[in-house]
Amino acid sequence: MTAAVAASGLAVAYGGGRPALERVEFELAAGSSLCVLGPNGGGKTTLFRALTGELAPLRGTVSVAGGRPAYLAQTERTRLDFPVSALDVALMGSLANGRWWLPARRSDRATARAALDRVGLADRAGDRFGELSGGQRQRVLLARAIVQDARVLLLDEPLAGVDPASAERIERLFGELRDEGRALLVSTHDVDSARAFDRVLCVNHDQIAFGAPADVLSREVLERTYGAEIVVLDEPGPDGTVRAVTVQHHHHDH
Amino acid sequence: MDLLEPLQSGIERRALAEVVLLGAFCGAFGCWVTTFRLSYPAESLAHGLLPGLVVAALAGIPLLLGGVAGVAVAALAVAVAGRDARVGSDTATAVAVTGLLGLGSLLALTPDAPARLEELLFGDPLGVTDGDLAAAAALALAGGLALVALHRPLAAVALDAGGARSLGISATAVRFALLALLAAALAVAVQGLGSLLVLAVLIGPAVAVRGHFSTPGRSMAAAAVVAALAGVAGIYASAWLGTAAGASVALALCAAAALGALVRGVAGRRAAASPSP
Repeated sequence: MTAAVAASGLAVAYGGGRPALERVEFELAAGSSLCVLGPNGGGKTTLFRALTGELAPLRGTVSVAGGRPAYLAQTERTRLDFPVSALDVALMGSLANGRWWLPARRSDRATARAALDRVGLADRAGDRFGELSGGQRQRVLLARAIVQDARVLLLDEPLAGVDPASAERIERLFGELRDEGRALLVSTHDVDSARAFDRVLCVNHDQIAFGAPADVLSREVLERTYGAEIVVLDEPGPDGTVRAVTVQHHHHDH
Repeated sequence: MDLLEPLQSGIERRALAEVVLLGAFCGAFGCWVTTFRLSYPAESLAHGLLPGLVVAALAGIPLLLGGVAGVAVAALAVAVAGRDARVGSDTATAVAVTGLLGLGSLLALTPDAPARLEELLFGDPLGVTDGDLAAAAALALAGGLALVALHRPLAAVALDAGGARSLGISATAVRFALLALLAAALAVAVQGLGSLLVLAVLIGPAVAVRGHFSTPGRSMAAAAVVAALAGVAGIYASAWLGTAAGASVALALCAAAALGALVRGVAGRRAAASPSP
């Protein structure tokens, strides 16, 4: 198995303080998906920042195969008042080719249009990014990652506040991207949705567990991950794993 | 009134050329200054560079060099003052800038000071030299090329700094480039508009066009036109009404900002009142 993403003994800190996240150890194969579960401030976004290279490891190592990973922020954290169209945002993916000082080429525009078509937004290419729905904005950012041709995609709570129809479309796209051999790392609060991933990583400052969903999604692991922020339901899910809902107040993670 | 009258005087022709050149660059560039929320740092640097201008005037060296040195000293003073987290960077900046403004005034009010303080504070587009015009033209050309080259990275970072980083664009490098351009723009534009009014040409046109255009490029082009037209209107107003040229230009730029905000407000209320499809 070729690891698309790997972390070994990873510890990450902000500004020389105590580690915000430590003892992280996992490998993810190309063409597979990882769900990162954890409470607010538990280190999910910190892990992504280490994987993009924004934060250097305090200890341990991280490796990402195939060049820079694409990072898709929660879309409400983007500047929604900034006047750019959906096509402009998708076209930003071509910056990864270098040549940032030159205008986009005609072939880049064609690639960006094709990527928007693929995420089902060809007819919204000229619409203002900030005026699209949350789910549509997430799909535009996926189009940007497709133009970037990233082999590894890091998605920060991509389904938060997204309507069911858009969520279904995004999950279908995840499957397609995985089938193309890309690795997907998705942070979420939705414990139920974690079952659809190949691997689950639970973090709460420390790594709590890593493995297949059926092995990881136990009452004990979830309670250690979320503490008082979780209610584990008595009735098990269809695959025998526990069902649980998180009861956190939404605020921005580290 | 004769529309061509101001053009018959070499002094006013030069003033018009100065405000058009400065407006073309600073108007467009100001869109990024406001997008990246650099208005307060820009104001701080503009006011804080006064001692540099005064020292240059006293020493008889070009004011442009004094402006460059003044911006560097002001940036350093703001950076050093902001290190005390207990005070807070905005408060520390305010103290540092007021101190520099006071120092500049003190130096300018010495008996042997050749330059009049009000020219350095409020500018005098009618007093621009051929050297000032050459500097404004160089800023418009080199700064314009820099804005073209930086356009895509600036847009990527403005939308989403984390996403831009994963595309290989460093938000820190982009912000540094913006600050370098800001320093250059202030050092040149302060010659015509003065330490206290120069901010009008950077911020006024950007505020005037904000929300009216669908792309950053169109906003920048519109802001450049607004800045140049407001500059020309200010020089004409000064010629016809006998008012101070620098202040007239600054007021015309701020009037453009107010007009843009008014139109935006009316358009917003109409959009809110009309039934959604």
